[in-house]
Amino acid sequence: MNISEKILAASSGRDEVKPNDIVEARVEMAMVNEMTGPLAIQTFEKIGTEKVWDRQRIVLVQDHQVPADTVKSAELHKIMRAFAKEQAIPLLYDIGSGGVCHQVMVEKGHVRPGELVVGADSHSCMYGALGAFATGIGSTEMASVFATGKLWLRVPSSIRINIAGAFQKFVTPKDLILRIVGQVGADGAIYKSIEFTGPAINKIPVSGRLTMCNMTVEMGAKTGIIQPDRTTLDYIRDHASGPFKVVRSDEDATYEETMEFNIDNLEPQVACPHSVDNVKPAKDIQGVEIDQAFIGSCTNGRPEDLELAAEMLKGRRIKEGVRLLVTPASQEVYLEALKRGLLEVFVNAGAYVCNPTCGACFGGHMGLLAAGEVCISSSNRNFQGRMGSPESDVYLASPATVAASALAGEIVDPRHFMGA
Amino acid sequence: MEVSGKAAIFGSNVSTDAIFPSKYMTSLDPLELAKHAMEGVDSGFAQKAQESLIVIAGSNFGCGSSREQAPLALKYAGVKCVLAESFARIFYRNAINIGLPVLELPESSKKIEEGDMLTISLEEGKVMNQTKGLILDAPKLPEFILDIIRAGGLVEHLKQTGGTTR
Repeated sequence: MNISEKILAASSGRDEVKPNDIVEARVEMAMVNEMTGPLAIQTFEKIGTEKVWDRQRIVLVQDHQVPADTVKSAELHKIMRAFAKEQAIPLLYDIGSGGVCHQVMVEKGHVRPGELVVGADSHSCMYGALGAFATGIGSTEMASVFATGKLWLRVPSSIRINIAGAFQKFVTPKDLILRIVGQVGADGAIYKSIEFTGPAINKIPVSGRLTMCNMTVEMGAKTGIIQPDRTTLDYIRDHASGPFKVVRSDEDATYEETMEFNIDNLEPQVACPHSVDNVKPAKDIQGVEIDQAFIGSCTNGRPEDLELAAEMLKGRRIKEGVRLLVTPASQEVYLEALKRGLLEVFVNAGAYVCNPTCGACFGGHMGLLAAGEVCISSSNRNFQGRMGSPESDVYLASPATVAASALAGEIVDPRHFMGA
Repeated sequence: MEVSGKAAIFGSNVSTDAIFPSKYMTSLDPLELAKHAMEGVDSGFAQKAQESLIVIAGSNFGCGSSREQAPLALKYAGVKCVLAESFARIFYRNAINIGLPVLELPESSKKIEEGDMLTISLEEGKVMNQTKGLILDAPKLPEFILDIIRAGGLVEHLKQTGGTTR
């Protein structure tokens, strides 16, 4: 069995599972945010179960519309707080204590290798970077998980993506995953598990692995997963506690398909409007003028991302007429960026530093686009209207490409701009 | 279990942002959600759907965000079933869980045109195109999924079964 099959077998009490088996699996941790949580809470109340299955295994995060931008949002936040209180759920991350839910889940140690973790948010597949099987579900299903601690899952077939080589300067895991999404397609991995393997993966830090697994849902995948190695275990030791079991794929594990990528010559990539698989090398679309640039999100809002952007922005000013938003993914990231002096670099460059939130990425608040405007973003989706007006354009790229483009006022290949 | 309605055709990769734009996400009222169904791609959809529609789509219908507001908006707008070549998996589960029938139908868009009258037998996996006089075969849904749809959604199903999901 491969790692995905092993975790699903263990969590459903079976010795073995194979693709397309339907199993009823026990969930280790379950996360909701205030966009999906209130509906789950209302539905949980309709089921009629008095107490949640395990109050220590539910994580509630306020992140999409924080701080409350409207009275309606404030009401959603209130429902979350009331539920936490009523059910005595200790893991409520309100504003000031958390950040973007997925970053909170990993940095606060709520994901451990070998576990089955579900989140009522599509980017929950990100936690597979730590060797867990993690996937997104909806609110009603989450209500059922709140009540029973279980859910049915179809065991996915797996695609192995084997990565070799080394990144050039200013080429990042984001460029790699964009390249992969471009090749596999937005519907190329529906229902499937994507397992990243190969010598290059071991050299990618957890931050970059999170970026890659985060975007597997953009190919339709159920999860993205990476077998735990020394890097994973170091991260877990620093962030999590409690027992866990390292699960690895068998030598003779089966995969529906194996793909090979070599990153030695990989160039900075950009996903063009309005589809995440419309991917081109940045140099091929140089000259597209931008109005806004966004660095943040669960995909690329971690210290490593901000560090890379700051490296480009240090001592420079962004192009007049361009707005640059920087949103650290969590309070911890914010503090780290503060300590490293990155926030000062951003402010001096003319960037607007925002509080941790999903706001701009999902077109909720804090940086929406007007009709006809163009944004280059380090986030994960560029569907029509995703970040504001249906008549705006969103390009997706790495923090390096976004920062370089903010300086140039148009999309550029960061290597050329920095003379790397 | 049979459902009927007029075909409304969409393409591939229709995202949940298109089915239900994020700017309305702060509402929890199904009838309020229904007003904005498909607003990202067809602003007149909610009006049209009042007369019972079957949504026909290409591959990867409902990709993107996990928002359950997307299938809820379709259901309460008057959509009786979604037929697509393939679904994004979270949308697929959400639709079943809230009692909106969904069926994978290969080459759905090639054999059905806008406005065709359709009747679908969910148990048999048959789509009758009355306008064209065609019967199309869709892969049958597993029995436990049919149970959830017949119950009207996962909540009702859980109440009936006393707390097991399948």
